[in-house]
Amino acid sequence: MTPAPASPAALLDARGVAKRFGAVVALRDASLLVAPGQIVALMGANGAGKSTFVKILTGVLRPDAGHVRIRGQDSTVASPAGARRSGLVPVYQEPSLIPDLSVADNLRLGDTPVDRFRHWVAELGLPDLRQDAMIRALPLASLRILDLARALAVEPDVLLLDEMTAALPTDLVDRVLATVRAQADAGRSVIYISHRFTEIAAICDRATVLRDGLTVGDVAIEPGIEEAIVEMMLGSATTAVATTRAVRPGFTGRPRLSVRGLATGTRLTNVSLDLRQGEVLGVVALEGQGQDELFEVLAGNRRATAGTVEVDGRPVTFAHPADAISAGLTLVPGDRAHALLMQRSVRENIALPLVSRLATWGVIPARDENRRVSAAIERLQIDTRAQGEVRRLSGGNQQKVTIARWIAKGVQTLLLFDPTRGIDIRTKRQIYALVRDLADQGAAVLFYTSELAEVRLACDRAIVIFNGRVVDVIDAAEADEQRLMRAAYGLTEKTGVPA
Amino acid sequence: MTTTDTPTLARLGRLMVDNPLIPLTLILLALVAALAILNPAILSMFWVGNTLKIAIPLAMLAACQTLTMLTGGIDLSVGTAATIAAYVTATATPLIGAPGAIGIAMACALAIGVVNGIGIAFARVHPLIMTLGTGLIATGCLLVYQRSVISTGTIYPDVLVWLGTGRTWGLPNGLFLFIPFAALILWAQRRTGFGRLLYAIGSNETAARLSGVRVWQVHLALYSLSGVIAGLSGLLYLGMVKTASLSLALPLDLPSVAAAVIGGTSIFGGRGGYGGTILGALILTVLATMLTLLQMPEGGRRILYGAIILAVTALYIRLTDRS
Amino acid sequence: MMRLLQLNAWTAGLAALLVLLLLATKLIQPDFGGSGLDSLARSALPFALATVGMAVVVIAGGIDLSVAAMMAVASVTAAVLMDGASDGQAVFAVIAVLLVGLAMGTLNGALIVVTRVPDIVVTLAMLFVWQGVALLILNAPGGGAAPWLRALAVGGVTIPGLPPALTDWLPRGVVFLAVVVALVWLPVRRSKLGLMLYAIGSDPQAAFRSGVPVGLVRVAAYALCGLFAALGGLTVTMATGIGEPIPGPYLLASVAAVVLGGVVLGGGRGTILGPILAVFILRIVRLDLTLLSVDPNVAAIVEGLIMVAVVMFGAVLATRGRKA
Repeated sequence: MTPAPASPAALLDARGVAKRFGAVVALRDASLLVAPGQIVALMGANGAGKSTFVKILTGVLRPDAGHVRIRGQDSTVASPAGARRSGLVPVYQEPSLIPDLSVADNLRLGDTPVDRFRHWVAELGLPDLRQDAMIRALPLASLRILDLARALAVEPDVLLLDEMTAALPTDLVDRVLATVRAQADAGRSVIYISHRFTEIAAICDRATVLRDGLTVGDVAIEPGIEEAIVEMMLGSATTAVATTRAVRPGFTGRPRLSVRGLATGTRLTNVSLDLRQGEVLGVVALEGQGQDELFEVLAGNRRATAGTVEVDGRPVTFAHPADAISAGLTLVPGDRAHALLMQRSVRENIALPLVSRLATWGVIPARDENRRVSAAIERLQIDTRAQGEVRRLSGGNQQKVTIARWIAKGVQTLLLFDPTRGIDIRTKRQIYALVRDLADQGAAVLFYTSELAEVRLACDRAIVIFNGRVVDVIDAAEADEQRLMRAAYGLTEKTGVPA
Repeated sequence: MTTTDTPTLARLGRLMVDNPLIPLTLILLALVAALAILNPAILSMFWVGNTLKIAIPLAMLAACQTLTMLTGGIDLSVGTAATIAAYVTATATPLIGAPGAIGIAMACALAIGVVNGIGIAFARVHPLIMTLGTGLIATGCLLVYQRSVISTGTIYPDVLVWLGTGRTWGLPNGLFLFIPFAALILWAQRRTGFGRLLYAIGSNETAARLSGVRVWQVHLALYSLSGVIAGLSGLLYLGMVKTASLSLALPLDLPSVAAAVIGGTSIFGGRGGYGGTILGALILTVLATMLTLLQMPEGGRRILYGAIILAVTALYIRLTDRS
Repeated sequence: MMRLLQLNAWTAGLAALLVLLLLATKLIQPDFGGSGLDSLARSALPFALATVGMAVVVIAGGIDLSVAAMMAVASVTAAVLMDGASDGQAVFAVIAVLLVGLAMGTLNGALIVVTRVPDIVVTLAMLFVWQGVALLILNAPGGGAAPWLRALAVGGVTIPGLPPALTDWLPRGVVFLAVVVALVWLPVRRSKLGLMLYAIGSDPQAAFRSGVPVGLVRVAAYALCGLFAALGGLTVTMATGIGEPIPGPYLLASVAAVVLGGVVLGGGRGTILGPILAVFILRIVRLDLTLLSVDPNVAAIVEGLIMVAVVMFGAVLATRGRKA
């Protein structure tokens, strides 16, 4: 598909961009055109070349071919500072603030205009932020807002947002979207990178789609364009996905996992739930409502200060993740950086739980291990073509490795914490299918998701947590986004008694 | 991303990455060749045996560094542990005989390792600091001990002397100890759960913990093992030099780190192995010989030693660069 | 806020401990006075300067194993230049030594940045190189030192116009240290460079994205370390009157003092004052043990035990703080 003609005074004009790393071609012919006052979504599955393209746009990398022009000036700059001067300011996924310095010191370091910064911070919903607050002490959501405020404070011509809303609670997401829209209305431009269709539909004017290093589409955003975009990203007919789950074979009897009145820290106050064999129970919550702590306690990484946990009817307390694993509770953490041995191979990563106990310190039973690992790789369809370190894999494949680990070990109760965050569509669907599969075979799955639409795609039931307690329990069939959203905001009050 | 024609240099780099022992062997051979050019007469069976003999204690101490560096740690108490083991053996043998003296010496070395392990495993002290501190304390204890045995004289147990200075078919007897030792470590680092865990903890301790690894167990075992290996090295070294010195193995402290680093073990953990370290120890030993031959003033020799270590590691990083 | 309090609490604790130890010393030896403080200061001076240099590098997220060797180079350079030189020429000698220190540190830093070899390894290699350089300059202790330079750090402070007894007890060595540190470090600390040093120690990636020239700042950190090492080497020559080509026990001691002083090995946190206090504390402990006629070897054990105990305590506190 040829790129749609941009308006004559394109603010950002990147065309024919190519980049290779040794033998690997990351970009072949990528292009992006952004007119003043436009919000353009940059989309593409993982491995399509998006992150390389972003690095070239922001001056971290030099392209092998092609040009990037901002306001007509060639800006194949060599540094982030240079890119900023040319008018493009990025907000990355990882916070850019120095943890051991205060907010004020960070501003000084980056030569950020303080007044404008304060204005934007208030606009974006954090008016009470103290200048002497230590970055290390602030929650992730606040840090992302601060990054955005810093970018806005220098009044960029082109703002590049990479998964801006990924770690934000819904209320802050709304503010961000409104602010971004306002930027465009004021004649500035935004490049918006996100996997969330609802947001893209809400604020973007156009979408540019990358696949295999090529720009394969540049379309206007209108109702129903999602399917076309997905097709462009996937490059082939997408497999139909059931939007609700089929009726399950009856797993009855005592729940696999039974939690009563669990509390710990300041954010988890009173959560109770029942999880049965063969069931996929979704957990929905705004950021920081206690879901992190819930999963940490169940995984054995944190102690509860109150409440009980029973596995197959037996009360258990965990002092260490190893205890939880012996009880069959295995965690796939939300942050891949916590789960993966980046420098080690795929096989070594998957085999990790097989050598973790003292009893397994001795000789490794090679044949058994190989069998298990290969089976897991097969089942998850992990792309092992990129030999060597797991670091080299795409985000989606990395996520698969973290799940494969427990497949190899044996899954009884799987705790999935936001497993599809920042993952491309194709892999997401594979993960949903896998989860359903595991449940059919008798596993119990607890599935926390930050994307409300997923509940219907992967879960049987869902509980909503607000202020550290369960406020709603919903069957998947009735779990539409409005109901989930209201509950997530605490607008539906129920006691924490499971259905 | 697609793969197209592979330029030769990149392919060469890949080869080096996947087989780090290759560039190291090449460097070693280059050094030996340089040595031959400097003094053609020097290359002989005797010289080979001598080089191996000198390299063995260094290689053993470097094993401690390799294993601890895999987890992102380091052990700067190895020189002290080795020295203590040697000194105690030499001075206690006249009193209670060789087996008893060796037993006590090894117990001391083990104790140092266990103390390190406790500090690092439970108090979570940084290994650099902990091992430095333990080394300090141990040195003090050694000096106090020295006062009390100042008049007992020294005896060097025959078995150690045999291992340290004897030769069989031209090769040093130390190999009888070293070859099984090295084989064990080389095998264990890949084929045992413990070895895998060293790499895992060095790569991502959080991930290891969440996969059920009780990290404190590994740390405790690791540093205790390091102490034991250091003790063994000290005994061997004692047999080699036959001197009861208070600073016997201390000069080997930093070179043991250098050998592991040159051998490709990353100081941040998660990458490397003992095979490279052995080559690193050999490279350093041959290098030292070469510098002596060049008849440079001591100062010049030191400068070259440092410069070469730097050059080799820089080259290694350049070749195995993965950005 | 908590962090700020926590950090200052550590330094305040050290200061309190220092005062307590001084009082203890007075108790042990009632006639401990000006001359005692003076010799204490003189012996602590090289350690303190080595520690300051090390602290700067550690705050910036690195480490420099070659400090003691750089001190040796500075010491022999000073001794050789000042041997038989006039007072005026001695001033140039001092300046030359300081420049040499800056050059050594800059080279260390540049090598680390350019070769991308980890700092431990580079400074380990450079340790040998600087050792060699020192030996080449002077292969045995020798050379000389200008008398006015020596007088800078010896004896008590006398201010013309005030009765000597008022200020006599304050060792010139302490004043020298304070002035030197204030002249070099304070302006850096207040400036953007200071912020950048802490920034790259705290999170190099975030610093880069904030526009900090990470490589240059790193080189600057090591250059400063070289400068302080040169000052430390100067004080060695000032104290002994000759140059010492063999590095003294300053490496281990400076690492210990830095850690005891509250600087986190990972970087980004800590002060310079804390480590300086730690140096004096360690020296006083050694002094007290000597005064108590404790076997000097036992004193070494005690020193090691203190270091390990404090560090263990600090590490436990740090983990506790992080968990909360």
